[in-house]
Amino acid sequence: MIRLLSVRLLQAILVMVAVTAIAFIMFRFVGDPVASMVREGATQAEKDALRAALGLDRSIPVQFVHFVGQVLTGNLGTSFRYQQPVTDLLLNRLPATLELVVVATVLSLAIGIPLGVLSALKPHALLSRLTQSATLVGISMPTFVTGLLLILVFAVNLRWLPSSGRGDLVDLGLWQTGFLTLSGLKSLILPSITLALFQLTLIMRLVRSEMIDVLSSDYIRFAFARGLPKSYIYSKLALRNALMPVVTVTGLQIGQLIAFAIVTETVFQWPGMGLLFTNAVGYPDIPVLSAYLLFVGFLFVFINMIVDILYTFIDPRLRTK
Amino acid sequence: MKAYMKTLLAGLAMLAPLTATASAETLRWASSGDVISYDPNAQVDSFTQSVHHMVFDPLVRRNKDLKLEPALATSWEVVEPTRWRFKLRQGVKFHEGQTFNADDVVATIQRQIDPGARNKENLSAVTGVEKVDDYTVDLILRGPYPLLLNDLAAIYMLSKPWMEAHDALKPGNASTGVVTYASNHANGTGPFKLKSYEPDSRSVFEVNKDWWDKPQHNLDEVEFRPIASDATRVAALLSGEVDMIAPVPLQDIDRISNTEGLKVVENPSLRTIFLVLNFQPELHAMPGKPNPMLDVRVRQALWSAIDLNTIQKRLMRGKSRIAGLLVAPEVTGYDQTIDTPMPYDVDKAKALLKEAGYPDGFKTGLACSNDRYIADEQICLTIASMWAKIGVQADLSVESKTTYFPRTDKGEFDAYLLGWASLPPMDGFSALQSLLTTNDGVFGGSNTNGLSNADIDKLSHAAAVELDEAKRVDMMKQAFRIAHDQALYIPLHQQPVAWAMSTKVDMPQFADEYVRPWFAKVNK
Repeated sequence: MIRLLSVRLLQAILVMVAVTAIAFIMFRFVGDPVASMVREGATQAEKDALRAALGLDRSIPVQFVHFVGQVLTGNLGTSFRYQQPVTDLLLNRLPATLELVVVATVLSLAIGIPLGVLSALKPHALLSRLTQSATLVGISMPTFVTGLLLILVFAVNLRWLPSSGRGDLVDLGLWQTGFLTLSGLKSLILPSITLALFQLTLIMRLVRSEMIDVLSSDYIRFAFARGLPKSYIYSKLALRNALMPVVTVTGLQIGQLIAFAIVTETVFQWPGMGLLFTNAVGYPDIPVLSAYLLFVGFLFVFINMIVDILYTFIDPRLRTK
Repeated sequence: MKAYMKTLLAGLAMLAPLTATASAETLRWASSGDVISYDPNAQVDSFTQSVHHMVFDPLVRRNKDLKLEPALATSWEVVEPTRWRFKLRQGVKFHEGQTFNADDVVATIQRQIDPGARNKENLSAVTGVEKVDDYTVDLILRGPYPLLLNDLAAIYMLSKPWMEAHDALKPGNASTGVVTYASNHANGTGPFKLKSYEPDSRSVFEVNKDWWDKPQHNLDEVEFRPIASDATRVAALLSGEVDMIAPVPLQDIDRISNTEGLKVVENPSLRTIFLVLNFQPELHAMPGKPNPMLDVRVRQALWSAIDLNTIQKRLMRGKSRIAGLLVAPEVTGYDQTIDTPMPYDVDKAKALLKEAGYPDGFKTGLACSNDRYIADEQICLTIASMWAKIGVQADLSVESKTTYFPRTDKGEFDAYLLGWASLPPMDGFSALQSLLTTNDGVFGGSNTNGLSNADIDKLSHAAAVELDEAKRVDMMKQAFRIAHDQALYIPLHQQPVAWAMSTKVDMPQFADEYVRPWFAKVNK
């Protein structure tokens, strides 16, 4: 177990180094923020001075060494656009993204697993067929289209729910939450459905195929032959085994959700890290872009490690080895 | 799991029938971007500065006709060319109760000209500030400078005791790493107080009942929300969540104007769109050959080959204003007598090219951004096909503003699209100095394609220090006339500014694209 973890850790460090390098190289080529940072009518001297102040006049290798040095000391730099430390900006936006992702994950599990089980047990029931075809739409429609459709129906036509924003927030010190106000909860509905849709479909289909697999295996047939109660067989014997890959996928998908909440956040003006990233692209706010990419890289590495550890808890065979 | 579902469904059922309702006299408006910071000295973003104006007052300000008028300064005199004396308004209070006086002006100006101020160049003529008495200050200038008042209209007054209390006497700045309390708090003397600020979500302002000026609005509260996605912003207006959006995406203008209860207000802005030409010895598209654009007849041919009416009608939906010079009518130095483009005439253009020795045309680059100006990419495509009719083959290059402007700065294009709003000074000197004057490191900051005209240079350097307004305006007009007659640039149009709002909102539109809620009325 310790050996497994240390190997994982080493791999993680290598991945992070690669991500750092790619983050840096990529964003040196997205353009130059000086043009968006100076006033109209700025003199050449003004532009040069700013470029020098931002350290953009140095050679690429020198800039890279400086960047790595900064990252190692935990300093992700200062945003060109907001004139604030990038770490603060990310931390301020983190609660919004996490709340959205948590709700979306809960939604997709709470709806995806029962629907998956249902369509495995009763493949010909009307509900199963409906969800099968509905999820096909869900998985093939781009997020921004889903989001805009939901806005059109529920915000513009029915006027039930707000089209954008987070509503009123309650400040818990370090964490601003939308869970405690009515407008905060209402604001969560459309974006979390939009974000959950893809994952919900994925989980439903995964559970369904795993369940079908497990149900046709010998031990289940023997369990039936022994006359064990159906509910016991389905929930304790079959579902538990079918959930193994669901844990992996959910874990990886949480990473995906955080990283790719960008589109949902932009459509719904959800003030999370994804929106911060979109706004940074057009500037370009290089410190924010690099830090975000680093964060996402770290997140995936971290989640992968957690998933590996979780395996050993769910699957006893991994523990004894 | 079942319990989860139950609470979720119960929650949904409870939420569904409730919709957002607004209290009376609240103006809720949305724009595409948020304020970058509430620190007036930590950015040069004109949208941010426009929002700041709700909270802060400058010494002099723009009135409803965009003319300068006294604000926190009541009068001023030029003691000597490098010393201007300002009398300050008495009895003005900051939102947090501090009394406005000369100490605040001194501290604000010092913060403004601090080497760490990101917008220090907005007041680059000032080298110092001296308190004369509690309500009189002197500004010390580098040399004679005619545009001091124009500059001061964009300098917002902060409270010295407030800055001291919050350790914010130095401005926030990315390169010096200074972050201040002032970047997300604001204490001004303006018509509205900043009640709350959530970045990328909203800013809420409440009316300042103790404002020194008589309010012309009827608002109690203003809620500003940034909504980056065009479609979502329009949806927020259609669903009644906001009363106004600025700007409106072009493709939605018809839909909104056909919606009951909504209206679109559209006027030409100050931003003039034009083509910059190449005055280097060679064109990038034809290395090794002399540059045809150095010949005035070629430049005029390129101009008269462009059908400006078609661009105005088709691409700008009839809402732009065709321009003949680089500045809009509201800008000082504008001259109506030269506000006429070369008439569209393909035959004449061909004849001019032939006369210049290019009967079969030539090859040139033509570059555009695709995310900076209204329909910028389409304008370029259209011009390329118009030029093709006179045999000028344009190699198009279209790219994002983030890579485009660094390249225009380095002079990497032959002909390229640029916009100029002459903001914040709203004076023709800005275009004269940056675009028309030879680039010497100070003048000609945006003239990166080698344009150099001795007569214009003389006028420009003289106008820079001319304190006699009539003489100064005349010099600018002369310079613009040379540019027009020599076809140094090809002006296209002033692009429109488009806002959409509820018919209950009465909000005057300004060519500088500032939203000024202190002139707004909401009729419920």
